[in-house]
Amino acid sequence: MKILAVCGLGQGTSLILRMNVETVLRDMGVDADVEHIDVSAARSMNVDIIVTSQELAETLGTDTGAKVVIVNNYFDNAEIKNALSAAINS
Amino acid sequence: MSFLNKELVNLHGTAKNADEAIVQAGELLVNAGYVSEQYVEKMVESYHENGAYFVIAPQIAIPHARPTDGVENSAVSLVVLKDGVNFGHAANDPVRLVFGLAATSSEAHLKVIQKIVSLLSNSENIEKMIHSEDYQVIGELVEG
Repeated sequence: MKILAVCGLGQGTSLILRMNVETVLRDMGVDADVEHIDVSAARSMNVDIIVTSQELAETLGTDTGAKVVIVNNYFDNAEIKNALSAAINS
Repeated sequence: MSFLNKELVNLHGTAKNADEAIVQAGELLVNAGYVSEQYVEKMVESYHENGAYFVIAPQIAIPHARPTDGVENSAVSLVVLKDGVNFGHAANDPVRLVFGLAATSSEAHLKVIQKIVSLLSNSENIEKMIHSEDYQVIGELVEG
C-alpha cells in the first residue's frame, strides 16, 4: 500500500504528518510505503491513500484516484488512527 | 540549529490577523540573522497561495517557506498570541502559538520537525506555552 502525506510546500507540515502516520501504521500493524509531498505533485501520483488537511483535500478535489483522509490535529494519533482505519477498511 | 532560544521567543504577540502573526514570527528569525526579509515575504505568500493548511492542531500554526527562499541557518521562533487570531482554518482556529520555521535543507527540516513534534505531542506543554509569562517556562520545556 502506498500513502502520501500532503501539504502546501511538501516540506514542513507534511513531514510532521508523515512521521505520525508512520507511528500509527506501526501500531496498527499495517505495512505501507509513506511519503510526503506538496499538493500539486500529489495530484499526478498514483497512490492508495492521501492524508492531508481539510483545506488541501478540497483543492485536491476529484483530481486524484486515491482515497483522501482528512486530519485536523496532526498531533492526535487517535484521530489519525480512526481516519486511516476507515480508509484502509473501506 | 537554534530552537526557541530566548531571542526567538515573543510571549506577548500583538498580531491582529494571520498576516501580522506570520510576519511577527518571521521578524524574530530575521532580527537574529537566521533568514532574509525575503523569506518572511515568502511565508506570507505561501499562506495566501495555499491557505491555512499549516494550522496543524488546535491553536497551533507553523508557517514556513522553502529552504531556497532565504535561510542562512536553521531555526524555530515562537510568537504567543494570548487573545488568539483566526487564520481561516475550519477546525483549529483561533491560533495562539505561531512557530516560525526555517530550515536550510530537507534534512534540516527533518531535525527541526522532530523537535517540534516531541515538544507538541504533549498537550500539557501546549497549555504551558500559551499561558507562560516568563521565557524560563519555554526554556525548561525545550531542554526537556
